[in-house]
Amino acid sequence: MEVVMAFVVATLFSCALYMMMRRSIVKLVIGLILLSNAANLLIFVVSGLTRGAPPLIIEGVDPSPFVADPLPQALILTAIVISFGVLAFAVVLIRRAYEVVKTDDLDQMKDTDT
Amino acid sequence: MNVLAIPLLIPLFAGALSLALWRSTRWQRVIAVLATASLLVSSIVLLQAVLQDGYVVLHTAQWAAPFGITLVADLLAAIMVVLTGIIAFVIAIYSLAATPAGHEKFGYYPLLHLLLAGVVGSFITGDLFNLFVWFEVMLLASFALLTLGGERAQMEGAIKYVTLNLFSSAIFLMAVGLLYGMVGTLNMADLAQKIAQVEDQGMITVVAMLFLISFGIKAAAFPLFFWLPASYHTPQVAVSALFAGLLTKVGVYALFRVFTLIFVHDVAYTHTILLWIAALTMLTGVLGAAAQFEFRRILSFHIVSQIGYMLLGLALFTPLAIIGGVFYIMHHILVKTALFLVSGISYRLLGSYELRDLGGLYRKKPLLAILFLIPALSLAGIPPLSGFFAKFIVLRAGIEAEAYVVTGIALLVGLLTMYSMIKIWAEVFWKATPEHTHEQKPLTDAVVDRGHWPLYVPIMILGCGTLLIGFYGQPIFVLAEQAAAQLLNPQGYIDAVLGVQP
Repeated sequence: MEVVMAFVVATLFSCALYMMMRRSIVKLVIGLILLSNAANLLIFVVSGLTRGAPPLIIEGVDPSPFVADPLPQALILTAIVISFGVLAFAVVLIRRAYEVVKTDDLDQMKDTDT
Repeated sequence: MNVLAIPLLIPLFAGALSLALWRSTRWQRVIAVLATASLLVSSIVLLQAVLQDGYVVLHTAQWAAPFGITLVADLLAAIMVVLTGIIAFVIAIYSLAATPAGHEKFGYYPLLHLLLAGVVGSFITGDLFNLFVWFEVMLLASFALLTLGGERAQMEGAIKYVTLNLFSSAIFLMAVGLLYGMVGTLNMADLAQKIAQVEDQGMITVVAMLFLISFGIKAAAFPLFFWLPASYHTPQVAVSALFAGLLTKVGVYALFRVFTLIFVHDVAYTHTILLWIAALTMLTGVLGAAAQFEFRRILSFHIVSQIGYMLLGLALFTPLAIIGGVFYIMHHILVKTALFLVSGISYRLLGSYELRDLGGLYRKKPLLAILFLIPALSLAGIPPLSGFFAKFIVLRAGIEAEAYVVTGIALLVGLLTMYSMIKIWAEVFWKATPEHTHEQKPLTDAVVDRGHWPLYVPIMILGCGTLLIGFYGQPIFVLAEQAAAQLLNPQGYIDAVLGVQP
């Protein structure tokens, strides 16, 4: 299962980077969304996938095979909430940028670079 | 209540209060000044407590160390919080006169407090994931501050700023996840202790590099620094100055923290990479500045080059070099903020940031010229100002560590910094006022900025700060020395957080 998930994470990352390198600002934001999902999924995978075990330790029993680690879920939940807020801002930003600059082409947005 | 929580609670509380008083900008202004002043006072109290005890630790909600979120202040963190307090206070005063009414109506002050809460939280947290959360608090506030006003340049700058910073956050999150998967803890002290027990040390180096990339983006280090000069000159000037003073230094602080406490297993590899990053950051920043002819863009590129000096202090990793790095951070925060504030006043007088549209300020405003000259010469490293001692310590550490090439680059960069400062001085202050200024506001004797003491007082405070560090540097040096000693002896930090173990 871990191997499959690892490939899913890798695919997500490569799609995210591909989308971020396109010229359209909408695709840029889609890339950012995929990137944050990929990072969340990565945390989920590296901290170990446990099926059918509650995050509870029975007293006097060696917990290692029977217990799920609740901390990664808590981390991911926090990260999802944060990325939701940040990406909501990003969506508003690209809309506003489109209104002001009147293009969705990143190559045209070079006024502040040089 | 613990002295550690107060500097964090003040901006959070003030932010909530300003939000509640959304309609009354007058009260928001009062709160801004009072809250930042009390932030400054409480941060000095914190510094005194840290000087007395060595470390101040707070286990939130009484959860003992590796399980709960721990707040820790060692000397470096306390110094950074004091600097935050100083900058916050002067920016709040400056904002009274400089913030356009439209920005005040749309939540400038609440965002300011939120940003400060994020910055202080990043400095005093002792938990890596919590650091991520504070980073995001800080970033979200900075996104909104950067785009207040909604002009075209702001939008274009913001897209780059937001994208790069979100990218960096994703890498940070990945690194945190990988580290947790290997070590099983995210408390920094606990990590420092357990990281040596991990079998696959090569993987630890990979994670260290991920942290380096992530914090490197936030600190605007080479090669991913270009979001900074593309965005820092776009918002109104008080925001620019605040960002220039504080935000990149949070990234530098995070690098100092993780590369002295956690990732010291393979110093020869990681810190050599840091060394070259530092050298290239210095060089590209200063060369970028040499090509610019816009007041704030020149200063923005100089932030990049100065970040290189701080990283150089960390990368050499000798006691003297770390002292130099810490000293440099203290010097740079004061000086860079002052320079941005000066650029704001010159914009007010002449209506432009372009050097070719500016001129004649030395004749019209001799006080402003002096207020520019002090931080500018300090930035370039002219004795006896603070920048000279900061550069001197770092360079001496470089020579002692026999890193001659990098030291040579640092010296060259100092010279080019001088070139940029002279360029601004000659164009803005010495040259006659151009006939046709860029926008409609020509400088005449009638332009008297009477009643604008809030613009000048902050720069004077910061100027006095750099003079003080220059002329009375011994206590500051001792402070930096103690901070460096703590950084190089992580056992003290570990014991303070986890309790002394048998």
